Amino acid sequence: MQMPSPQSRRWGDSLFRGLTFLAALGMIGLMTVIAVQLIRGSQLAFTRFGLGFVTGSRWDPVHGAFGSLPLVYGTIVSSLIALLIAVPLSLGIAIYLAELAPHRVRTPVSFLVELLAAIPSVVYGLWGVFVLVPWVRTALEPFLQKTLGWLPFFQGTYYGFGMLAAGIILAIMIIPTISAVSREVLLAVPNSQREAMLALGATRWETIKMAVLPYGRSGILGAVILGLGRAIGETMAVTMVIGNRPQISPSVFELAQTIASIIANEFSEAFDELHLSALVMAGLVLFAVTLLLNILARLLVWRVARVPEGVTRE
Amino acid sequence: MIAGRDQRRRFSNKLMLVLAAAATVLALLPLGSILLYVATKGLLALNWDFFTQLPKPVGEPGGGLANAIVGTLILVGLASVMGIPLGILTGIYLAEFGRGRLAWLVRFTCDVMTGIPSIIVGIVVYGTIVVAMKRFSAIAGGVALAIIMLPLVTRTTEEMLKLVPNSLREASLALGASQWRTTYSIVLRSAMGGIITGSLLAVARVAGETAPLLFTALSSRYWHTGLDQRIASLPVYIYTYATTPYEEMHRLAWGAALVLVAMVLVTSIAARLAGRRAGGGR
Repeated sequence: MQMPSPQSRRWGDSLFRGLTFLAALGMIGLMTVIAVQLIRGSQLAFTRFGLGFVTGSRWDPVHGAFGSLPLVYGTIVSSLIALLIAVPLSLGIAIYLAELAPHRVRTPVSFLVELLAAIPSVVYGLWGVFVLVPWVRTALEPFLQKTLGWLPFFQGTYYGFGMLAAGIILAIMIIPTISAVSREVLLAVPNSQREAMLALGATRWETIKMAVLPYGRSGILGAVILGLGRAIGETMAVTMVIGNRPQISPSVFELAQTIASIIANEFSEAFDELHLSALVMAGLVLFAVTLLLNILARLLVWRVARVPEGVTRE
Repeated sequence: MIAGRDQRRRFSNKLMLVLAAAATVLALLPLGSILLYVATKGLLALNWDFFTQLPKPVGEPGGGLANAIVGTLILVGLASVMGIPLGILTGIYLAEFGRGRLAWLVRFTCDVMTGIPSIIVGIVVYGTIVVAMKRFSAIAGGVALAIIMLPLVTRTTEEMLKLVPNSLREASLALGASQWRTTYSIVLRSAMGGIITGSLLAVARVAGETAPLLFTALSSRYWHTGLDQRIASLPVYIYTYATTPYEEMHRLAWGAALVLVAMVLVTSIAARLAGRRAGGGR
């Protein structure tokens, strides 16, 4: 058999290695380009408004006022509503799938939950506009006002569109993320923990509550933060149901706006430089916040289990 | 006394276990509702015209979204051509050569990049490509989608290559094969099933992306004419049609949603099958 000469072999090897090295460097380069582009694009707005950009409460492109507080408020509150709904449900799913479900139920249910993650965001939005919003307007909001209407959060006109609908749709969209990661975390809890509790005479639930959940605490917290990161960056579905009015109101029935949804709405229509720059700056804020949340979440989950592939993207 | 406490313990055990199962059912209700609506309303909208005609101007009945179906395929194709090879190369670097600080940094960047909202990718591609070309284009849309695919492909490639036993590499090297030969014909080949699965899942993921297309590919009412022109896509049509007041456009939006969901689901299921057949997948 003819062997390639050592010379040419070394050539091929270094070429191949160099090629993969370049690709890897490209990844870091790409991330740098993203950061630099956002910072450069927001320069104009930053010099004009400085910190006032975050504290100003009036977003009015026609009059050149770009205070992003209402967007930040909308982003935070809609995400919190989503977490409030999604966290208990996702933990229930994770516990059910990791601890209770028999094998022949586990696989199909896991598949169904994954399916929830595979549906495009814009299809959630479409369903939201024509199914969820009418239900919120005619059933949920009247019900909430009747039972909890003494609270300021549940008063006002029934639009259907608004903060509440956005929170609900976000909850549906982040359930797969939180439940998949928490399930991985629970599965990583060593069996000896359970056996010890059961041997002491604990019931199944006591075992879960006192041994399994505390052991996986940091990982579950990581899962919740990953879900939060996703809720904050989610764009299409929210844009379609939140009503797109940048305002701060205590009522969850009111129309609102998030950072991501205002970018989707106004970016392609922003003809004046300052408006465009303000939107890029809003994007920079979003980028920084999701970056931090992701790093934090991954550090928390890494200690316990591995994060399933690609569970975070909007 | 003790019996009473035991009873309470047993009761709360039952209650919590039932609640966990109920949470699962409750979370799957919206999935059922979405699939049901997309299937029924979508089927009502699908006909021959839907797949062959161009969209009609506002208010006119009929027409189809043929250009958007073709456009979505072109955009996803462009993204795959750019994103998959780069992702696989980076994955090879991480699995075969990557040691030390740089590899850690690449891996970390990759993980963090999966968490960046896709609309940010849209802004960045607008700022670089659209501004430079002075127009919205299929190229810009493809690049945006490729950026989203890249970290997904990289990480699955790395995971799959790591599953290949080291004895295979050693055997090949011992027979006198060069390192790149070993990686190319031995390691990559045995991990192929898993890599195809990962790539197809990434394709399915970006096929439904809307936000980054809004300011890169934009949309178009006509047939695709060139990669440097704006191009129609199903997700963007669903978004614009859902937010108009016209019945007819809502109908087409549901049809588009059905076609899109079918494309995404078929790709994901194909991905799983490819992985299973080759034995390397999950």
